[in-house]
Amino acid sequence: MISAENVTVTRAGRKLIDNVGLDLEPGRFTVVIGPNGAGKSTLMKVISGEMKPDTGFVSYHGASVDLCQPVDLARRRAVLPQATQLAFPFTALEIVRMGAVAQGALNPTEQARQALSRVGLRGFESRPYPSLSGGEQQRVQFARALAQVPQPVADGVPRALFLDEPTASLDLGHQISVLEIARDFADAGGIVLAILHDLNLAAEFADHLVVLNHGRVVAEGACLETVNDEIIASVYGIAGAVGRIPAAHIPYVLPQSRHR
Amino acid sequence: MMKALAMPFRPAEDGDRTRKGIVVLLLLAAALFVACLLSLGIGPTGVDLHDLWIYATGSGASLSTQERVILEAVRLPRTALGLLVGAGLAVSGAMMQGLFRNPLADPGIVGVTSGAGLAAVAAIVLGNGILAPVAMVLGNQFLPLMAFFGGLFNTWMLYLIATRDGRTSTTTLILSGIAIGALSAALMGLMIVMADDRQLRDITFWSLGSLGGATFGRVFSILPFIGAVIVIIPFVARGLDALVLGDAAAFHMGIPVQRLKKIVIVAVAAACGSTVAVAGSIGFVGIVVPHLLRLVMGPSHRFLLPGSALGGGALLLIADCVARTVAAPAELPIGVVTALFGAPVFLFLLLGKNGITMRDMP
Repeated sequence: MISAENVTVTRAGRKLIDNVGLDLEPGRFTVVIGPNGAGKSTLMKVISGEMKPDTGFVSYHGASVDLCQPVDLARRRAVLPQATQLAFPFTALEIVRMGAVAQGALNPTEQARQALSRVGLRGFESRPYPSLSGGEQQRVQFARALAQVPQPVADGVPRALFLDEPTASLDLGHQISVLEIARDFADAGGIVLAILHDLNLAAEFADHLVVLNHGRVVAEGACLETVNDEIIASVYGIAGAVGRIPAAHIPYVLPQSRHR
Repeated sequence: MMKALAMPFRPAEDGDRTRKGIVVLLLLAAALFVACLLSLGIGPTGVDLHDLWIYATGSGASLSTQERVILEAVRLPRTALGLLVGAGLAVSGAMMQGLFRNPLADPGIVGVTSGAGLAAVAAIVLGNGILAPVAMVLGNQFLPLMAFFGGLFNTWMLYLIATRDGRTSTTTLILSGIAIGALSAALMGLMIVMADDRQLRDITFWSLGSLGGATFGRVFSILPFIGAVIVIIPFVARGLDALVLGDAAAFHMGIPVQRLKKIVIVAVAAACGSTVAVAGSIGFVGIVVPHLLRLVMGPSHRFLLPGSALGGGALLLIADCVARTVAAPAELPIGVVTALFGAPVFLFLLLGKNGITMRDMP
C-alpha cells in the first residue's frame, strides 16, 4: 500500500495541499477529481516522490519515500506526465525503451515493442516522436510507463501506475482504451492513481473517487457517494447536473467501457 | 565525411537504432585511424604511408633519421594532442546539449570557452605574480586546472541563469551565454593590458587556437581530464537520454537528476577547459560533430557520446591537416578552419532544416 499522511505543501504563502491523507490500495483504481488549481497534480508529485511536502510524509509499503533511492522508486511506480515535448528526435521505440531500461528489463527493446502494441501503436516504432500527433505522443508516454511496470505485481509487491490526465488529447476510443488498460492493471492487483477531468469517465472506471478542492479532500469514497448534486455544486459551481439528460435538441455521448 | 556515411543506411524500420549505432561507431573508429595516419604522414616533409606502417610495426628501419625525428618529436605529439582536443571538444558539446536539452548549446557559443580562456590568460599573466606559489605546486597541470575552473564557473553561472524550473529557453541560453562570454572577454582584455611582451605572445596563441607547439608535456597534461570525461560516458549516457524527457520524467525513471547534472557540468568544464588550456579556443567542433552524428545514428547518448569522441578526434585531425597544408609553408590557425566549416552548420541548425527548429523549443 502507498500512503500519504497529513501532507501539506505551501508555495508562496498559499497552501497547495492542505493536510491531505490518502491510501492507495492494491487492486483499487483511485481517481482524483477537482477543479483547476485544486492541487491534484501537486498531490501526485508528492506521492510519486518528486516533490517533498512541507509537512507529513509518504510511504511505500511502510518505507518512507525519502529513504528510497530514485532507482528503487522507479521499479515500484511509473508516472505518466502531462504533455511532453522533446528537442531531440528519438523514435517512439527509443522513448518506450527508456521505461523498460528503468525497470531493469533484461531485454528492454522487446518489452518496449510489447508495450507499444498494448497501446495500439504497433507499426509506429520507427516514427520520430516529434512527428507524432499530440494523442499519439500521449500514448507513447503511456507505453513508456507500462514498460516501466510491466507486471502489476512482481515479487509479491504491487506496482503502481500514476496517470496525470491520461485522456487529455485522446479521442473517445483511445480514452476508453487507455483507462481499460489501467483498469486491468488494478484488477490484476496493481495500484492505479489517475487524475481525470471527465466526471463520466471517472465514475465509469474508479473504484475510489477523491474530490479535491482548494487543496483539501472534500469527499472520498465510491462514485455514488461522491458524484452527487451537492458535491458537484459546491466544488464546480454547477447546480443539478448529475444524472440529468440535456434538452432534447442537444445530442450527447457518454463513452463507456467495452468490458461491460 | 559524415554525410557520406549516412548514405548506406535507411531509417531502421523497427525503430531500434542499436545496430546502426554500433556500425557507425566502428566506421568512426576506422575514420579516426585514417585521420591519424594522414596527420602523421602529411606535412612539409611527407612520410610515405608504407614506410610509416613498416616503422610503426617495428619490422625494419624504413625511415631516415630526419624523418624519424620529425615523426617522433613533432607529428606524434601533435596527432595525439589533436585527437584528445577534438574528442574533448565534441564530447563536451554533446554533453552540454544533453544537459540543456538544446542542440544549439556549444561551449564556444555560450561562453564556457571564454571562461576557460580568461582563467588561462590569468594563469599566464599572474603565474609569475600572485599565483606563483600555486603555479609552483601544480607545475604542468597549473594551466589546464585554471582553465577547468574558469570553464566550470561559467557553465555553472550559465545553468543558474538560463534554466528555470528545469527548462532552458534557447533565447535565454544564447543571450546569457553571449553576456557571460563578453564579460570574460572584457576581463581578458584587462589581463592583456597587464601582460608583458613574452606573456602577450603566449596569449596571442590562445585567441587563435592552434595545435602548433604540441609537446608530449601538453599531451600528458590534458590526458587525465579527457580520459576522465571519456570514462564517465557509460555512466551518464542513460541519464542524459532520460533527461531529454524532462527533469521530472528522468526522476520517475530512476535517475538521480541533481547528481547527474553536477557530474555533467564538471565533465563539460573539464573537457572544454583542458582543451582550451593546450590549444586555445577552437570553435564549432562541439556543435558540428554531435549534430551530424544525430542525423546519422539518432540522438541516443549511448552512441552519440562515444561517437562524438571518435568523430571529434577525426574531424580535428583532418582540420589540422588542412590548416597545415592549404597555405604551406605558412600555417592557418585551426580555429579558422573549424569556423569556416562549422559556422554554416550552426546557421543551418538555427534555421531548422532537420526538424530541430527554434519553434520546437520553449
